[in-house]
Amino acid sequence: MLGLTITQWLFGILSLMAIMFALMVVFTRNPVNSVLYLVLTFFCIAGHYLLLNAQFLAVVHIVVYAGAIMVLFLFIIMLMNLNPDTEPRKHIMTRLIAGVIGGVLLFVFVGALKGAEQLQLTQSGASQIGLIKNLGHVLFTEYLFPFEITSVLLLAALVGAIMIGKKDTNINVSRNS
Amino acid sequence: MLNGIPINYYIMLSAILFIIGVVGVMARRNAIIIFMCIELMLNAVNLLLVSFSTLHNDASGQVFVFFIMAVAAAEVAVGLAILSMVYRHLKTVDIDLLNRLKN
Repeated sequence: MLGLTITQWLFGILSLMAIMFALMVVFTRNPVNSVLYLVLTFFCIAGHYLLLNAQFLAVVHIVVYAGAIMVLFLFIIMLMNLNPDTEPRKHIMTRLIAGVIGGVLLFVFVGALKGAEQLQLTQSGASQIGLIKNLGHVLFTEYLFPFEITSVLLLAALVGAIMIGKKDTNINVSRNS
Repeated sequence: MLNGIPINYYIMLSAILFIIGVVGVMARRNAIIIFMCIELMLNAVNLLLVSFSTLHNDASGQVFVFFIMAVAAAEVAVGLAILSMVYRHLKTVDIDLLNRLKN
């Protein structure tokens, strides 16, 4: 079929779906639909990770993004009771300018890439780097210190989120009076 | 399995996803949608890192993607806590009404 291999077909289909769903994220008015389209985009990106032989990363991506972060977004949107009727919209001029800026940025990227040499992704013998064994070895030898720092960062974010989200009665009283 | 997809295609795909995120940040007023567009931009960069890691047969790129995921999770947790606090006080997440940082 058109001289394309199955991998190239998969790449094209996944890319088209990812771009389409990403556009839907931006242009859908209902925030809940926006979250669901973003989940679909993340699934397409996970498919790309599988194509790139990063199996463990694909699984972690689905678990962390689609499973944890997007559920958090969905909870917050449902707590806030947002719907298309209350959705604020920017002025048409601002949106037009945003589109023009995006187009110009894409033009700059394409122009910068035009002279680049074509490097093919090849499947050589050492393509096992995406497996959990090799990644874990690199993570716990070469990048052990950043890994530990990341745990401190997550702990700090946890404490910060709880402190910010805690109901502060003093501020409420002063605002109501 | 990976025969004949030039790295340029991955760069183009990542650039397009990143630009969609940029346009979303500029064109929307709902702060939660803006957060989601930031996630989209982070994912475009992640995809580029993984493709270059595969190109060079180097696991460092994929380890970096782990760290970016951890930072994104922390950012989302704190950011959504701030947003829910803002909503509790102002009953809105419209970004154009939040431009004074006071009152």
